[in-house]
Amino acid sequence: MKRRNFLKLAGAGGILLPVSGIAVSAEQLASNGMDAGDKKTLADIVLNTARKAGASYTDVRIGRYLNQFLLTRETNVENIVNTESFGVGIRVIAGGTWGFAATNDVTPDGVARAARQAVAVARANSKHQREPVQLAPVEGVGEASWRTPIRKNALEVPISEKVDYLMHVNDSALKAGASFVNSSLYLVNEQKYFASSDGSYIDQDVHRLWAPMQVTAVDKKTGVFKTRDGLSTPVGLGYEYLDGREEDKIPGQTTLYGDSYDMAEDAVLAAEQAKAKLSAKSIDPGKYDLVLEPLHLRLTIHESVGHPLELDRVLGYEANYAGTSFATLDKWRSGKFQYGSERVNFFADRTQRGSLGAVGYDDEGVKAKHWDLVKDGILVNYQATRDQVHMIDQKESHGCSYADSWSSVQFQRMPNVSLAPGEEKYSVEDMIGDVEKGIYILGRGSYSIDQQRYNFQFGGQLFYEIRDGEIVGQVEDVAYQSNTQEFWNSCSAICDESDYRLGGTFFDGKGQPSQVSAVSHGCATSRFDNINVINTKRKLS
Amino acid sequence: MAILSRSEAKQILDKVLKFSKAEGASAQLTGAETGNIRYARNSVSTSGIVNDIELAVEARFGKKSGIATINEFSDAALEKVMRRAEELAKLSPDNPESMPLLGKQKYKSVDAFAKSTAGITPDQRAKAAADSIIAAREKKVVAAGYLEDARSFAAVANSNGLFGYHAATSANFTVTMRTENGLGSGWAQSDVTDFAAMSTGSVSSTAVDKAVLSQEARALEPGKYTVILEPAAVSGLVGFMMWNYDARSADEGRSFMSKKGGGSRIGEKMFDKRVHLYSDPADLNVPAQPWSEDDHMALERVDWIKDGVVENLPRSRYWASQSDDKAIPTPSNLIMVGGDKSTEELIKKTRRGVLVTRTWYIRMVDPQSLLLTGLTRDGTFYIENGEIKYPIKNFRFNESPVIMLNNIEDMGRAERVGMYGFSAMIPALKVRDFTFSSLSDAV
Repeated sequence: MKRRNFLKLAGAGGILLPVSGIAVSAEQLASNGMDAGDKKTLADIVLNTARKAGASYTDVRIGRYLNQFLLTRETNVENIVNTESFGVGIRVIAGGTWGFAATNDVTPDGVARAARQAVAVARANSKHQREPVQLAPVEGVGEASWRTPIRKNALEVPISEKVDYLMHVNDSALKAGASFVNSSLYLVNEQKYFASSDGSYIDQDVHRLWAPMQVTAVDKKTGVFKTRDGLSTPVGLGYEYLDGREEDKIPGQTTLYGDSYDMAEDAVLAAEQAKAKLSAKSIDPGKYDLVLEPLHLRLTIHESVGHPLELDRVLGYEANYAGTSFATLDKWRSGKFQYGSERVNFFADRTQRGSLGAVGYDDEGVKAKHWDLVKDGILVNYQATRDQVHMIDQKESHGCSYADSWSSVQFQRMPNVSLAPGEEKYSVEDMIGDVEKGIYILGRGSYSIDQQRYNFQFGGQLFYEIRDGEIVGQVEDVAYQSNTQEFWNSCSAICDESDYRLGGTFFDGKGQPSQVSAVSHGCATSRFDNINVINTKRKLS
Repeated sequence: MAILSRSEAKQILDKVLKFSKAEGASAQLTGAETGNIRYARNSVSTSGIVNDIELAVEARFGKKSGIATINEFSDAALEKVMRRAEELAKLSPDNPESMPLLGKQKYKSVDAFAKSTAGITPDQRAKAAADSIIAAREKKVVAAGYLEDARSFAAVANSNGLFGYHAATSANFTVTMRTENGLGSGWAQSDVTDFAAMSTGSVSSTAVDKAVLSQEARALEPGKYTVILEPAAVSGLVGFMMWNYDARSADEGRSFMSKKGGGSRIGEKMFDKRVHLYSDPADLNVPAQPWSEDDHMALERVDWIKDGVVENLPRSRYWASQSDDKAIPTPSNLIMVGGDKSTEELIKKTRRGVLVTRTWYIRMVDPQSLLLTGLTRDGTFYIENGEIKYPIKNFRFNESPVIMLNNIEDMGRAERVGMYGFSAMIPALKVRDFTFSSLSDAV
């Protein structure tokens, strides 16, 4: 339950630590770790040992996972934590069955022992094997490397500079009238060396950053309180994301942000908007046309498109935890399943710059790629790994394998799944101008969806009522409910490429034991007609 | 190596504290051997064992503190981890909310260790999965399940002489059974300290029966219904409430426990008079760590809600120091007192209602009223004249546990369930006017 471990850090006082990782100094976080040549030597020991023990396939991941978390509230720094986790995960096929072993003893003897253990596990499990593993071929790439194209390594920025910035953010919110403010920085660096018996030796340096914030306004007289979360998103970028460049600001009902984020400016807006929420009109429930801003819509895409098209869910491997999927193989095989309206095109892409899912290669050595999931509204494909694609009559893996640690076994995870922008020039202003009775929803709020991904309910951060093509005021207590297929078939307009941007999550959970994964979704502001909106206000006696 | 005895743990903690040059220091040693087996499509998919032991050390200089951890225990390693914590403390800014190190604590003696769980073998795990898969195959349904067992210990010490040691075992099993045609789904769980008390076969049979019975569900109109929520369904909502049950946010005016005009709702009757919720690490059904995870304060039995009245809220030492109230540490288990009826008896006394096996994907909609949304899953049935009449489609609910705990009609016997990372005793509840807001096609 690594998600909880992250959250636990937000508490004050006492010894609160993430389970995985050793606390280290800031200087150590910025160091390069083991040389690639030394990693290759260790990897070859693993590959040879496993082969001699009887493995027909082996891959090895030598991983160094670095994190830094800074958590603040109002004028206080609550916690600063640096962690490092280093070790080796080895996966083999023997007797047609997967075996896995991991060790933090990163020495020639240590990794050889783990390699033999992995083969022994595979052999033990093969006794109960009914369907031998079929691995889609991957050509070895020899020695290769890839790095997230960051401009400023966030782990190299002095802690004092980061603390000063968060204190400035909090100060801005408090001066603008916030009752409370929490702001944080989560910095992640995965240094992953992958080698396989296919002949690949791939060194990757993956960076991610998240700068969440929550502002609260309290009216003590009435006892009413409201929150507004920051309108940033986790990114596959460096510290330059916090530069808040003017050219990345998107003016409108509130300022939105593209490739960089002005957290202090957003803190002021958040304080003002949280206060405005205290007296905003409560929504009249009913049917509305919804105009959904990308930071909001990306979560709807994640839940209603990303998850149902994970092939392991479709096949039943996640039935006891995350659930299964309505997007069954027969629907896909028919070639006629209308997932959305004709203007709806979803694609998967692990090459998008700035995205959380961007890598050079996945965790089984498959090069990152782009493929279609829904084309002109029709379901055309899933997300699969090397041992799954044969089940959907395909010969090439999609490159969706990921493990959240060297000690976790890799499995199928969601790539970046995005909605293609509209082809005709169409702005957010144009879209709002065309709506008679609607709500413009911005930012990520409450979210819930059933275990087969039919019925969902989403809230948001900011809601503006639209009447006859104009925004008439801020509203509150809004949530919309729909069914995935009905919802995407009600999509009547998508803004053009100039409004397309990415948003993501750090904590997509799946598997038992649970693993987390970070993923982004791109889209432009989109319109959905005649959606059921409920009023969420309740009164406690 | 993963399980250290009391004396072995004390020796390491004493040694590392002796290396301290800080004004104060504390240390925590935790270790566990965790085993798991996962299966789906009636076949084992993964199985593993993880051994882990970790020492966390905190060094204090005034209001500065630094934390470092390590998993080696040589003298050199122990000195290194203490030096690292001291370095980090010196680099950190002052934390104005820092509280002095605790003095000696008197921890309750808790028996939470069962030899049968501690000695579980890979073969036993495989048999547990096989028993479940056999139960599925006999009725032509498809099993997906997960068993996780752990033997663990925790020990704490500080430079003021505080010391505590706690050993525990646990086993948690969940299983989802689905009919081959995809039209029925059932779920069941078992959460125990003693693995000998767990039968994955009989738990699986309950899930199989629900899967078979839940096929070809009919659609009922959404609306307000009398519901019988089984313990797992109740725990989803009550657990969420307790997760947000806190004195500071209440006093700050940003909680469902805040009072209009300021302060918290302690002392108010907010719930049905039968609602009694408390924590006690020494409870025989859900024995738990006798100190708080947050700051190692000794946990005593504490009533959170009694006779429907809010008695206490967890309050950190810092927040307590800002008022005359006493600090109340966050608990390690939860007990909700139930009645003496079985779920079957609750059904028998129901004229019209809905039986809910479990609740799922629960999220906060409004923190002001603690309005939650989520769905029913894996076995939802219509009750008429004291009998289950037919399976019904799953519902989405929008309901506040505060309102739910005001609308209690009857209570079943409490059962042990896993709840948001710890174990709890939770009864089935019969509740009127539970709000279902839409239908789900999910099976």
